[in-house]
Amino acid sequence: MRYAMAIDTKKCVGCSDCVVACQIENNVPVGYCRDWVTETVHGSYPNLELELRSERCNHCDNAPCVRCCPTGASYIAEGGIVLVEGDKCIGCGACIESCPYDARFSHPEGYVDKCTFCIHRVRKGQEPACVSACPTHCMYFGDLDDPASDISRVLKNRKYKVLAPEAGTKPQVYYLV
Amino acid sequence: MASRRDFIKISALGIGGMALGAGALKLLAEDSTFDPFSPITQFSRIPTYCEVCFWKCAGWTYTDDKGKIVKVIGNDEDPHCNGRLCPRGTGGIGMYYDEDRLLTPLVRVSENGKQTFRQASWEEALGIVAENLKKIADKYGPESLALFKHGSSGHYFEQLVKAYGSGNIVSPSYAQCRGPREVGWKATFGTTVGSPEPTDIRDTRCLVLIGSHIGENMHNGQVQEMSEAIDRGADIITVDPRYSTAASKSRHWLPIKPATDLALLLAWIHVIINEELYDKGYVEQYTFGFDRLKQHVRRMTPEWAYGITGIQPKAIRETARLMGSAAPSVIVHPGRHVTWYGDDTQRSRAIAILNALLGSWGRRGGFYFDESVRLPEFPIPEFPEPKWDWRATLDGRFPLAATGISNAMIEASIPKEGKDSRIKGWFVSGTNLPLTIPNRPQLEEAIQALDFMVVVDTMPMEVTGYADVVLPECTYFERYDELRTSPHREPYLALRMPAAAPKGDSKPAWWIAKQIAEKLGLGSYFPYEDFKEVLDWQLKQVGSSLEEMQKAGVKQFERRSPLYLKENEPFTFRTSTGKIELYSKEFEQYGFAPLPNYTPHPEPPDNYYRLNYGRAPMHTFSRTSNNPNLTDLMDENDLWVNPKVARIWGMKNGQEVWLRNQDGVISSFPIKVRITERIRWDSVYMVHGFGHNNKKLSRAFGKGASDSELITNPVPDPIMGGTGMRGTFVTFLLEEPIKAVES
Ligand code: SF4
Repeated sequence: MRYAMAIDTKKCVGCSDCVVACQIENNVPVGYCRDWVTETVHGSYPNLELELRSERCNHCDNAPCVRCCPTGASYIAEGGIVLVEGDKCIGCGACIESCPYDARFSHPEGYVDKCTFCIHRVRKGQEPACVSACPTHCMYFGDLDDPASDISRVLKNRKYKVLAPEAGTKPQVYYLV
Repeated sequence: MASRRDFIKISALGIGGMALGAGALKLLAEDSTFDPFSPITQFSRIPTYCEVCFWKCAGWTYTDDKGKIVKVIGNDEDPHCNGRLCPRGTGGIGMYYDEDRLLTPLVRVSENGKQTFRQASWEEALGIVAENLKKIADKYGPESLALFKHGSSGHYFEQLVKAYGSGNIVSPSYAQCRGPREVGWKATFGTTVGSPEPTDIRDTRCLVLIGSHIGENMHNGQVQEMSEAIDRGADIITVDPRYSTAASKSRHWLPIKPATDLALLLAWIHVIINEELYDKGYVEQYTFGFDRLKQHVRRMTPEWAYGITGIQPKAIRETARLMGSAAPSVIVHPGRHVTWYGDDTQRSRAIAILNALLGSWGRRGGFYFDESVRLPEFPIPEFPEPKWDWRATLDGRFPLAATGISNAMIEASIPKEGKDSRIKGWFVSGTNLPLTIPNRPQLEEAIQALDFMVVVDTMPMEVTGYADVVLPECTYFERYDELRTSPHREPYLALRMPAAAPKGDSKPAWWIAKQIAEKLGLGSYFPYEDFKEVLDWQLKQVGSSLEEMQKAGVKQFERRSPLYLKENEPFTFRTSTGKIELYSKEFEQYGFAPLPNYTPHPEPPDNYYRLNYGRAPMHTFSRTSNNPNLTDLMDENDLWVNPKVARIWGMKNGQEVWLRNQDGVISSFPIKVRITERIRWDSVYMVHGFGHNNKKLSRAFGKGASDSELITNPVPDPIMGGTGMRGTFVTFLLEEPIKAVES
């Protein structure tokens, strides 16, 4: 089993429903977030291109945050989901530094927090909150090892990219372009 | 330095998850019961429909085992949202949790020569309202009371004001927003566009957006269907001087010079007629005035339009051909906020004409015939006939206005040349007038002249600061409301019911209206103890019940007639000719141009830029800008400035500037510059609804600038009274202007 996410940049309008749905679902304190939206503009008026992207932890196959964690609080759970065990975390921040995506932050209660792919929902057979909220249906979540899953299909049929491939982290959030 | 690659976070402080501010943090930290893997355990779900915008998506409010509201998600069965709310809807619970909410009635008092609000009991506050309304009725007649309304609550106060004897009821959503298109459509097709717009985007082959920024306006069903259309490879053509989100998703973006849209529309009509791209059978069978239209546009060539709009003739022809080849599965979107230049009804007519030529009205992939449930009204006595109503406030202007014009009502509240004003009291529900109405000085003059003003709201919006009495309404999570009957492909009903008791001393609008009515001896117009009785009675008339709706939230009903026109089906349109009027007999009769013309509009003087404004997907008007969840996504607006302009002015990204308009009005607050290639050099852009100046809005106060404040020269639409608001020119003040010190 390998959970992954694909986000269709052709459809994303950058509305941030994914952000607010995540904050509410996961009780993320106001002022913090586990996912966010970026805007990238290329060109000059009127020859322009715009890409809007919903970003989060990439649940990397080769996760530097897990490797550098001194206490083992950062670990890889089922399906490759990268998690932090709050009780074991001493808040040293090494993982925050090591993440090329800036996906981790210090929770005010003293531990490091980040996207969990909504593992509590996934375990119940639901989609992550961001995916289930997105009004443009631009996000796909599922098991890459299952060739019949939506995500396998969409990655087979579409061009895609990942963020910061040069970091060698083997990220598992794909962007359809 | 002007960068060719802007990289800007538009939401939510992703990097490092920095804190926004201690105030905002406290709110959720207090009651956080944090367990990262199972945040919420036990739920029950209660039906509602969203009140953050007019789309009214049906959803479920979830409460935990302690009865605390934890989230709201879309109802899968609802065609407005298909189970998915937009960010504002998802963050709508912030309206309930906002600690700045109005929680007790307030009455204006003088203390040591200074006016202030004092908390009051409902009994006292309602007593003051009733007493003042009686005074107005006795002294000037009940017609002298005006109601300004928006949203679900407006209905109850409309009942109250009508029972009291006034027909002076206005919604700014008409003159400040979608009125022109309704009039333009009615003149052409005999019916208005309505809400939600019956655009069949799901099945369209070509979607044309002209100044409509779907994706930044999150009109939910439309955004979803546009996304489906992108998936299906439909052609999207976007006309916008700004590189909007929709423009970036379009096959063709036409970066038009602002204020010249009508020339482009006329040139499209020219090409579609001259290249015979129109739907001949449809035009022949259903339309009136084709030959006159053809004659009218004969010289309005793409080359002519090029000189005006800056759009290459080739692009105009190409896009016209795209529309023609997709016809009738093509939508030239009527837009929603269409009050731009004062000739907006004529522009809406041109859009309607274009659709008629393409045969898209009543066709699959064009516009469907929407239907709603015919819900019987709960029986109440007949309303008294007022001696005069809003029509009198027009003074012979705006003959095709179908409802009250807010600005005319405001003028009618100001004494002029020794003549007393007609309107003496205002009732305001759900509309924050100072951030809605152009020409704020006039608004303030009117308010100062009133005998009495009462405001009902959930939040201490600016408008409450002018009131004599402020009545705190509970949010949509805490009340029953009317059934949602808005039309769609299939008729539906949706129920809103409370998921929690009203916070503090806030009350549902129906209750407030009923109490006032009783105090005025008009209780017979509210013949129920609880609004539930009305809902149950209405539902039983259509074969359902409150109990059924409490479980389902929404219910679908049968259509009465087909969704589309059948091939060659005889059809009578509700116009004077029974046809789609390409040539408007009605306009001719009232002395307006029966065929639309392009007229040039003023251009910004040197060193001034046209102020364009629009929406962000996380906010609705000014009503969400204090919502803790939504301000977390976006807490202020910024000013889009082209890099060339920034270079001339030496402005840096993120720098704060003040704006001064052509009339010398300076923005109350600075706004941060966002240097971006997405905007033309002759205009600037900001999201509407920011720049609040009420300190009681702790998150919104002083954040960003208000476009409304800068719009001081609205251009009236002579046909229906809309206020053209895109003729504002601003220049930059790089230093803080010296102003009189506020106390
Ligand atoms: S579009 Fe968004 S804000 Fe409007 S009713 Fe739907 S969920 Fe609410």
